[in-house]
Amino acid sequence: MASESIPLAIHKGPLAVVYEWLATVDHKKIGLMYIVYALLFLVVMGIEAMLMRVQLAHANATFLSPQVFNRLFTMHGTTGVFFVAMPILFGFGNYLVPLMIGARDMAFPRLNAFSFWMTAFGGLLLYASFFAGDGFSQAGIAPDVGWFAYAPLTSTAFSPGHSTDYWTLSLLVAGVGSIGGAVNFVATILCMRCPGMTLSRMPLLAWMNLVMGGLVLVTISPLTAAQFMLMADRYLSGHFFDTAAGGSVVMWMHFFWIFGHPEVYVLIIPCFAFISEIIPVFSRKAMFGYPAMVAATVSIGFVSLGVWAHHMFTVGMPSYGNAFFVLTTMVVAVPTGIKIFNWLATMWGGKIRFATPMLFGVGFLFQFLIGGLTGIMLATAPFDWQLGNSYFVVAHFHYIIVGGILFSIFAAFYYWYPKMTGRMLNETLGKWHFWIFVIGFHLTFDFMHIPGLLGMPRRVYTYEAGRGWETWNMISSIGAVFQAVAILLFVYNMIVSYFKGAPAGNDPWDAWTLEWSTSSPPPVYNFAAVPVVQSRRPLWDIKHPEDPDWKYE
Amino acid sequence: MQSKSLKSWWRRASQVAVSILCAASTASAALAASNDKPISPTNIFAPDSTPAHSIFRLSLFTLEIEGVIFVVVFSLLAYAVIKFRRRKHEDDSEPPQVYGSNQMELAWTVLPVLIVVVLFLSTAQVIHRVQDARRPAGTIEVTAVAHQFWWEYRYPQYDFVTSNELHVPVSDPGNPTPTYLGLLSADVDHSFWVPRLAGKTDLIPNHPNTMWIDPQETGLYLGQCSQYCGTQHAKMLLRVYVQSRDDFDRWVRQQQQPAVSDPSVAAGSALFITKACFACHTIRGTPAAGHVGPDLTHLMSRDTFASGAVPNTPENLRSWVHNPNTFKPGSLMPVPNLTETEQDQIIAYLLTLR
Repeated sequence: MASESIPLAIHKGPLAVVYEWLATVDHKKIGLMYIVYALLFLVVMGIEAMLMRVQLAHANATFLSPQVFNRLFTMHGTTGVFFVAMPILFGFGNYLVPLMIGARDMAFPRLNAFSFWMTAFGGLLLYASFFAGDGFSQAGIAPDVGWFAYAPLTSTAFSPGHSTDYWTLSLLVAGVGSIGGAVNFVATILCMRCPGMTLSRMPLLAWMNLVMGGLVLVTISPLTAAQFMLMADRYLSGHFFDTAAGGSVVMWMHFFWIFGHPEVYVLIIPCFAFISEIIPVFSRKAMFGYPAMVAATVSIGFVSLGVWAHHMFTVGMPSYGNAFFVLTTMVVAVPTGIKIFNWLATMWGGKIRFATPMLFGVGFLFQFLIGGLTGIMLATAPFDWQLGNSYFVVAHFHYIIVGGILFSIFAAFYYWYPKMTGRMLNETLGKWHFWIFVIGFHLTFDFMHIPGLLGMPRRVYTYEAGRGWETWNMISSIGAVFQAVAILLFVYNMIVSYFKGAPAGNDPWDAWTLEWSTSSPPPVYNFAAVPVVQSRRPLWDIKHPEDPDWKYE
Repeated sequence: MQSKSLKSWWRRASQVAVSILCAASTASAALAASNDKPISPTNIFAPDSTPAHSIFRLSLFTLEIEGVIFVVVFSLLAYAVIKFRRRKHEDDSEPPQVYGSNQMELAWTVLPVLIVVVLFLSTAQVIHRVQDARRPAGTIEVTAVAHQFWWEYRYPQYDFVTSNELHVPVSDPGNPTPTYLGLLSADVDHSFWVPRLAGKTDLIPNHPNTMWIDPQETGLYLGQCSQYCGTQHAKMLLRVYVQSRDDFDRWVRQQQQPAVSDPSVAAGSALFITKACFACHTIRGTPAAGHVGPDLTHLMSRDTFASGAVPNTPENLRSWVHNPNTFKPGSLMPVPNLTETEQDQIIAYLLTLR
């Protein structure tokens, strides 16, 4: 019969391959597109950071004009939050969640593709401002209002031309993508789990992405609403933020930060997820205190919705208002502490293998500890009256975003790259990457705290000599070079290993969650047969039939 | 065997912990250096006014608690990383699986809760003490109005206005004469931050704020705008001159005078009107009464201009009038477009504004 010879794989021309990627609704392909897209923007924002570090290496430098510097820090921040961190985490979530809960795809594959393309076009729109932001006003290309774009700097009086419009529209468009993605995460995790996978047997990664999805749903909405208000102000004579007509610029701050602070948790919770998968596998032990980890994550999700005005301790809130936000912010330390102790307890008594993912994991723990402690300093409102908007804050949030989030993303790359490509990343290059990046990170961001303590405000394109800031800024700039070298090594490693890396096999790390039970890379349908699980570590049960987890849970 | 290596490890760990504590305290002591050779004129750890002192004490308390937390958690992490790493000779067997411990998890929930309670109470106390302080009699009132990219200071009790250099009297703790700053903005958000005197407070359009300082030593205190406000946010510097009561009173009397009228610079003073400088600048005692740029009535009584960015010398003034962008690209002062002679005449006039 003719049907016997139907080939399983058809050789495709390059156009067909491009079309396949553009039109795909497969969660793995979409996840990879998110990741690659975010990596490109990571390089862009890194170049922006390097230019700023050159300018700040000396007092009274003239390498960049104030106008260019102000555009660079606006683009660096906006790109980093909306077009690097969020898409890369959505990408990993997209790729991993269905595999880890034993599903064949996300709940709404077409919505998934739509969400990705909205995010992608949002980023392109932001950068299109370089070509069209000028308008007819000679007002300057690219937004220069800072990533939180405080009113009334964004009004047409202070920001003529279209650069602010590009900023507004790109966040609006990307926000629609984020909401679509979040709907998909929540629906997938609640409805698509394989037989036997109750909520209490879900991998922590799924739990944490569920909380992340919920947070995105609640917090992107006010941001989107604020962008609509801003557009109304700019083009329809709205008066939301127009103080001359009874509007309030403080309202913008509330709208922005009720998005902006939970956003930090939108970014860090998926990173907690990576760490909660990686530390157990490389310590060879089950996660310590799984129920407490879930409870801590959910409570961080809720509490994080009530802390936003700690970004506003200096705007003149009444004393009881300030005290309230001190309390809510400090309360976050409790569930966060639980997580750190549970990770430590997981390592305790284990046999820790220091492969590259675990190195980055330990780096995360160390830096997240310090970033958390400087966070408590900033939560102490009077201390924040000194530290707020200084370089101390810049150092603090880079400690979280680079030392915490980026380190755990690197851990995730080294851990799941074999699953995604079928090849291992080179371990030697990985260790070089880790150590050079650690040195660069600590040179830049440890020393960046000090000018803040010595009175240096953020977002200054240059600074006076004689304030004791020069040495620290120079060290920070030198550290940036180390970080850039490490990133180049990482990119090189990913490219070379894609073609020449050692074959990974299904389960190179001897891990315990479902994604390692299928081939690397997984087939389009993920699993030949839908798995059935009895515990939180289904592969442990298979590997240790004499001592399965389900006996203890 | 096991317990012996454990013990020696603990000894080593405690040595590491102690040396970290020592290093941290040395570092903060170095930052809080004596005033003989300050490492920075804007050091938050060199307070010289009650609000800054209250913040400083709270900062030290917070840092002490956090130092302990850091040493404990870091030691646990370091111990786990060293002690539980997989040895080369070890077999492939899995270590004992532990799924959790209610007692331990309860312990590391309750302890942080207690720390949070202590930190919160001490923080709330300082917030209350700084924000809700009563104004004693003899308080100096100043209204600071922030503009892109300079500061206007109004002294309603004395009925005059000056710019960019704030003068306040020293405050004797026994008989305090603090200065209360009413904070307004003429355009976008700004923030008033002189680290050695107080924490920062924002100046927001249509959202009046207040803050207070009671400097206890005479001298010059520096700071700068710390809320991004546009192109020249970086050169919106703050200078606070703390003077003895006598010097302050003398300065006030001088500032209250209208500008001196010197017939020898009549050409310059006429240009000030015909070239439209008056539209933005005020010179009391003349028709110039603009409010967009700094008050120039006593320009030459100031050490700097352009909001502290440029030393006030005749040469610098001349370059500024020639093109403000030389010193402050993006400054809102338009290029005056004057001939050489006109520049000379204007500068000659400005130099008489003592």
